[in-house]
Amino acid sequence: MWTKEITDMLVQGVYDTLYMTIVSTLMGYVLGLPMGIALAVTDKKGLRPNSVIYKMLDIIVNIIRSVPFLILLIVLIPLTKAIVGKSYGSSATIVPLVIAAAPFIARMVESSIQEVDKGVIEAAQSMGAGLFTIIWKVLLVEARTSLIVGVTIATGTILGYSAMAGVVGGGGLGDIAIRYGYYRYQTDIMLVTIILLIVLVQILQGIGMMLSKKLDRRKIK
Amino acid sequence: MENGNRELEINSSGPIIRIQDVTKTYSADKSTLHALKNVSLDINKGDIYGIIGMSGAGKSTLVRCLNFLETPTSGTVTVGGKDLSKLSEKELRKTRMNIAMIFQHFNLLMQRNVIDNICFPLTIAGMGKKEARKRAEELLQIVGLEDKAKVYPSQLSGGQKQRVAIARALANNPEILLCDEATSALDPQTTKSILALLKDINAKYGITIIIITHEMSVVQEICSHVAILDNGSLAESGRVIDIFSSPKTKEARKLVLDDGEKIAIMKSRHCIRIVFTENSSFEPVIGNMILEYKSPVNILYADTRNINGTARGEMILQLPEKEETAQKMIEYLKERKLAVEEVEGYVD
Ligand SMILES: Nc1ncnc2c1ncn2[C@@H]1O[C@H](COP(=O)(O)OP(=O)(O)O)[C@@H](O)[C@H]1O
Ligand SMILES: [Mg+2]
Repeated sequence: MWTKEITDMLVQGVYDTLYMTIVSTLMGYVLGLPMGIALAVTDKKGLRPNSVIYKMLDIIVNIIRSVPFLILLIVLIPLTKAIVGKSYGSSATIVPLVIAAAPFIARMVESSIQEVDKGVIEAAQSMGAGLFTIIWKVLLVEARTSLIVGVTIATGTILGYSAMAGVVGGGGLGDIAIRYGYYRYQTDIMLVTIILLIVLVQILQGIGMMLSKKLDRRKIK
Repeated sequence: MENGNRELEINSSGPIIRIQDVTKTYSADKSTLHALKNVSLDINKGDIYGIIGMSGAGKSTLVRCLNFLETPTSGTVTVGGKDLSKLSEKELRKTRMNIAMIFQHFNLLMQRNVIDNICFPLTIAGMGKKEARKRAEELLQIVGLEDKAKVYPSQLSGGQKQRVAIARALANNPEILLCDEATSALDPQTTKSILALLKDINAKYGITIIIITHEMSVVQEICSHVAILDNGSLAESGRVIDIFSSPKTKEARKLVLDDGEKIAIMKSRHCIRIVFTENSSFEPVIGNMILEYKSPVNILYADTRNINGTARGEMILQLPEKEETAQKMIEYLKERKLAVEEVEGYVD
């Protein structure tokens, strides 16, 4: 009963899941990285304290983060339709994924940047470095390891969210698991998709952790 | 070192740094903390100026006011004739390139190798990559770390890290170098070598150096001048040699004689100060005297090194309780052409 169609479907599922995860992570960072930097910089103890900007970002981030992803998925259907033209399929799922991921990414970026040694920042200031030089050449470089760990966590989380989108026909492995496992009681196919999801997460985490270790110069090799 | 920022030199006549009536307060909730209270101080070009005080005295706050990492609550800081509070942010950044700083914990970029760390201030100043590398290699030579260019800071010892920090600080040919407890995380041996390097830099390039420390030995080793900071106020300032030989304030006395706190064990109150002049080879004199009279003396305070190039040291000795021996010792020292003077108040 294991047909070529099923194999093809699973291969397509893996492909769709990776597509959604990677594109959403990238776009999540396009929005979340500047937000995270802005949060860290405008914080009370940041380089340019600005309570108005900080509070604004803080509230936006908190509101989006407190909405469960499944609900966000449904609430955003009109927006998704407006952007992608339809509300189902993997491309459509990217819209709510990015919106859910960006605030979460912003928080991780903020905390990575806050971990940077204040002394090093002060040294850069004493050399006459301006705000943007400090952000690019000090904060992002010194926080590199922690930022990559953040990317790894974000990827894993987004992959999980993308599977959840299967409920509304989001495409990918989650979609398959729900269609076969929940609606048709084909437990074997569901099990395979679950294993594939686990393997994907493991591989992505492995790559992320390896990169962050490899790029960390603080430890003596 | 010619491609530098020499603007300050032109504008300045008089002290390179003038601190006038600087007060800094921090307010937290309802209370205010006076970190600095009406501090005024002039520092001349080429000085190695020590600022000493206990922990929490306000030393770091004061030194951070000199490059406006901290803005004084009131008072003015003038560097090279420019009132720092009157500068735009851009001008301030430019001025900071002329006021380098090194720190207790080195503050190197941990994710960048040594050469990139040194190139960093050069790129901030707008120098091209190739030129910056060349200059950085030159600087590594100055601090004696030519072979460590590609190494990361985590692979260096504390002393080596501070050398990298010094190279980085010198990159843009500053006229002023601020050192905030630069040797406090180092062992005595390494401290000595770093201080020697700083002294060398001062002599070779005429860079004015401000040294923040809580250790009198650091001041004694390299400073020409010293200011004593006590609880946010300036207790005393002047030439090291003067403050060491006649501290006027209680705070100065306490610091100068800090090492002598254990004196009370010896009961005699008979103390003398001997001053060594240019030609006296003093160590054998004391040693021989002890051998001759078979009686120990207590060295309460000694500056057996040269103070900033002036070959003048001094020592305060507590003589044996037995008056006869004490007198003989005084005679003995006088015979050897040492200036001997009785002092009081060093022992309770
Ligand atoms: N940013 C700050 N906020 C509040 N209090 C501070 C701050 N920086 C320093 N202080 C206080 O000012 C005093 C002087 O500190 P500091 O200049 O660091 O002393 P020192 O360097 O001589 O040990 C201390 O009581 C310290 O707690
Ligand atoms: Mg301090």
